[in-house]
Amino acid sequence: MSGPVTDTRDLFAAVPRSDFDTPGKSRGLIDVVRWRYLLNLLVRTGVTTRYRNSVLGWTWSYVRPAAQFLVFWVVLGIFMDLDRGLPNYAVYLFSGIVMINLFSEGFKNATSSIVGNAALVRKVFLPRQLFAVSAVIVAFVHFLPQVGLLLIVCLLMGWIAHVSIVSILAILAGMIIVMVFSLGLGLFFGAVNVRFRDAENIVELMLLLATWASPVLYAWTQVQDAIVDRLGWPQWIVELYMLNPITQGVELFHYAFWRPATEGMVTASGYVGKALIDIPPGLAWNTLWTFLIAVGTLLFGQFVFRRLEGRFAQDL
Amino acid sequence: MSEQTTIKPSIIIDGVKKRFTLNHAFSLKDTVVSWIKRRKLTSQFEALKGVDITIGEGESVAILGFNGSGKSTLLKLISGVMEPDDGEVLTRGRVAGLIEVGAGFHPELSGRENVFLNAAILGMKKHEIEARYDEIVAFSEIEQFIDQEVKHYSSGMFMRLAFSVAIHVELDVLLVDEILSVGDAPFREKCRLKFEELIAEGKTLVVVSHDMEMVRELCTRGIVINKGEVVYDGEVEGAISLVDA
Repeated sequence: MSGPVTDTRDLFAAVPRSDFDTPGKSRGLIDVVRWRYLLNLLVRTGVTTRYRNSVLGWTWSYVRPAAQFLVFWVVLGIFMDLDRGLPNYAVYLFSGIVMINLFSEGFKNATSSIVGNAALVRKVFLPRQLFAVSAVIVAFVHFLPQVGLLLIVCLLMGWIAHVSIVSILAILAGMIIVMVFSLGLGLFFGAVNVRFRDAENIVELMLLLATWASPVLYAWTQVQDAIVDRLGWPQWIVELYMLNPITQGVELFHYAFWRPATEGMVTASGYVGKALIDIPPGLAWNTLWTFLIAVGTLLFGQFVFRRLEGRFAQDL
Repeated sequence: MSEQTTIKPSIIIDGVKKRFTLNHAFSLKDTVVSWIKRRKLTSQFEALKGVDITIGEGESVAILGFNGSGKSTLLKLISGVMEPDDGEVLTRGRVAGLIEVGAGFHPELSGRENVFLNAAILGMKKHEIEARYDEIVAFSEIEQFIDQEVKHYSSGMFMRLAFSVAIHVELDVLLVDEILSVGDAPFREKCRLKFEELIAEGKTLVVVSHDMEMVRELCTRGIVINKGEVVYDGEVEGAISLVDA
């Protein structure tokens, strides 16, 4: 070293050590609250630019789930006769699909959010969690019109006569659980994705399975029948299956939308189809457990994210 | 080091080392092949080999050196984009970087929206941006295009707006990396005046540039880095003659 030899005692002679900051130190998700104005702008940018230069614009937010719904309804409901076992199968299907869409959108966008903002991550220091959080919020904004559509259909079927305050709470709980869960997974895979782009493919695979691993197209009672009665496997496998936060989100939406909308139809005189399926046992308790699982996932994702964050700029 | 006690440091770089790991194998197949051939999978590259620099409040310092000497890495460590492997970097006050301005610009948004988005990315609060908005737009001289989408801007207009946002950020320490070649001659002159204004206000300036004229005009102290080590620290003229030679 030919430069001057600096003595550490000299460095803080004029200004105490506590006046200095270490650049690049992040406080994790707490920073997101401090940078909420930027978060707000990022969300607005994500929402407004999504359908720029497309003629149909926001209509695409309806077209995709509508096509998905139509395929499932025709193939599973009509061709495979699943709708005989489940009254009002169309609404049952749709209330599950919107939940899966919320999860898929949020999870997928959060995973690619760091790599997608590579130019910024490499050059400017800002809390990188912001990108993942804004990705999940943008997914939520796109989820709202789908819920709106679902609500309109339910209202036409007499949903309002059978709905209770618990149903409203179930809607909120379902959305919160699924969003927290997708943010947690998104933070984890988003951080890993910087170094190993395999993460994006793993996520695609997980999303493919997510639709089938939850009672969206079928009823939870069919899982119970298959595992316990037909295969003779222990009951705890079913309980494990129900502890999937997405399954819980889907069940909460069934409880809040499909059940009240169908009750009038089933109890009407002269109705000949199947009765309503049972509410899953422990739906209330599972809400708490799956919420804790989702929060645990978030803490874990956040932990991994913060461990890897320091290397983002050089790995991108 | 008697002057050390009188100046108040703004940036302290204490024994900082930065290594980069270069991967030679990019996939599982590569890994297996090079493992069989007993080739090394990675190699280490030391960009900074123990750098000690103290920059006082109100100083304007030029960091000079040839390409690949570690100048930009040093600036990235000060801005917090990267973390040192060894040693410590400390800063005091708000640090803002004119490091490749325009990185946060969204082509689909209008100039106005981009001003707000970028200023927020650089850490400004909403009321601060609103207070300075007119000043930012006036400085960029593109008032009449401000509501157009940025993708329709010429590259000159784009850089002017981006630069204008970055220079108006509320700051105590400004890091400048090779962006002084913005726009035409009159605009460059305007930028130089703005820098002088910041120096006069007592802001700390750290400049990385190959533009010796600009460096001579703005900076009083020069630091030359070669292969990750400080080889000169003193008067700016001495530093320039060392690099220009």
